[in-house]
Amino acid sequence: MEGVGVVTEGELRILDMDPATDGAAIRARLGVCPQRDILDEDLSVEENLWVYGRFFGLSRSEVHRRADELLQFAQLGERRRDRVEPLSGGMKRRLTIARSLMNNPEVLLLDEPTTGLDPQARHVLWDRLFRLKREGVTLIITTHYMDEAEQLCDRLVVLDHGRIVAEGSPRALIAEHSTREVVELRFDLDDQERHVDAVSGVGERLEVLPDRLLVYVDDGDAALTSLHARGVEPLSSLVRRSTLEDVFLHLTGRTLVD
Amino acid sequence: MSVASVATRASRALPFPAGVGMARHVVGRNVVAFRRAWLLLISGFAEPVLYLFSLGVGIGALVGGVTTDGGTTVSYATFVAPALLAASAMNGAVFDSTYNVFFKLRYQRLYDAMLATPLGPRDVAVGEITWSLMRGALYSSMFLVVALVAGMVHSWWALLALPAAVLIGLAFGAVGMFATTYMSSWQHFDYVTLAIQPMFLFSATFFPLSTYPEALQWVVRVTPLYHGVALERGLMLGEVGWSLLGNAAYLAALGAVGIVGASRRIGQLLLT
Repeated sequence: MEGVGVVTEGELRILDMDPATDGAAIRARLGVCPQRDILDEDLSVEENLWVYGRFFGLSRSEVHRRADELLQFAQLGERRRDRVEPLSGGMKRRLTIARSLMNNPEVLLLDEPTTGLDPQARHVLWDRLFRLKREGVTLIITTHYMDEAEQLCDRLVVLDHGRIVAEGSPRALIAEHSTREVVELRFDLDDQERHVDAVSGVGERLEVLPDRLLVYVDDGDAALTSLHARGVEPLSSLVRRSTLEDVFLHLTGRTLVD
Repeated sequence: MSVASVATRASRALPFPAGVGMARHVVGRNVVAFRRAWLLLISGFAEPVLYLFSLGVGIGALVGGVTTDGGTTVSYATFVAPALLAASAMNGAVFDSTYNVFFKLRYQRLYDAMLATPLGPRDVAVGEITWSLMRGALYSSMFLVVALVAGMVHSWWALLALPAAVLIGLAFGAVGMFATTYMSSWQHFDYVTLAIQPMFLFSATFFPLSTYPEALQWVVRVTPLYHGVALERGLMLGEVGWSLLGNAAYLAALGAVGIVGASRRIGQLLLT
């Protein structure tokens, strides 16, 4: 994907070029933000940007100008002369993203951009990524967080064991692979099994989890009413909209993938 | 086919030094990093100078004159100084290309980040080795100045001792880097010490080759440091002959093998 791996199967073209022969030309137009922040710990924040920019053949004055812009963008202006090591996780990630933008890439690859960050840091990062998107940079994000995918992505591809199992906008995927709403029902633990029969048939699909039943329906309130009519009295019930998480789990299953 | 694409094809076919264009940015990275650690310069320079005064001057006072393999008799310090120059060029290059490269490769993951840019594996290998040679050249010139001031330099040929030291650094640095790509734990560095230590002691470093038993002389002649020592000694003492070209060719060949091997291995390790 970064134009550095080896194609094992099929054909790969990036920006209309073949990575096997035009690797350097492709990489010149890509930004890469790996899952682990592999920043240069021997260098300061700003030096990380300067040195990286030079790897793209940018002139000295160009890397300084670009670094100034990106330090502001990444909200790291005050830490510019600091070493990388003491920075927080969110700062390091923002620096990694700033670094990957040094060459003004047309396409930015982000591998799990917010994994391991606290909620504040996550939102700051999402905000920055939104801005980039608005500026016309194509973002390619791999993520396990469905809320992140829902927030940031126009188009989604669900992969299961390396195969594409679904593709489309978040909204279209929910419409296609799930119902509009989900009713979550909780019963006494020992009790749950007894209610499965009574609940089934109400929605399009019923999922039995260890601690609750999920009923996939188009109208959650109507479903609850008809359940009450059948005499089903759960300890608690919750009607919510279907999310990408429902779609993802439906498509790829709930078994642990290691 | 355009001129430019012919040029790129030609440069891809050459193992060295086609990568120099981008490799200079790898050197640039090291220069920036080194600005903060310039005190380390002293250590690289101190090692051979301390040896020179303890062995050359100290022990030299007990030994008296030494007759070289070239047939001239010189003071022990003068005899041992070129060998120390060669040995420290070796040590510096080996340390840089093994410990430092291993750390950058496996722990800092520095090269992973570099290879996501237009830089290729060969740029990384050439850049790292070039940087190591630049530092080595600096250490060697400081040592030469000390040797000159102490009266241990006897020929104008000694001007060539500096490029010769760089050549020794190239040979050991390239092979060291190649070897490092096969190492997976710090224990493996014991093998490096195992190879370096005997060479340091027995490459006609501290006594002339003629003092070794006949059979051992041939073993010594095969080792790379022997050729480095012979080259430096020939130049610094002015015992210049065609054999010096042979010594230089041996080191150059070793360096070429190391660079080609190291670039290939870095490519395999990081691009698959």
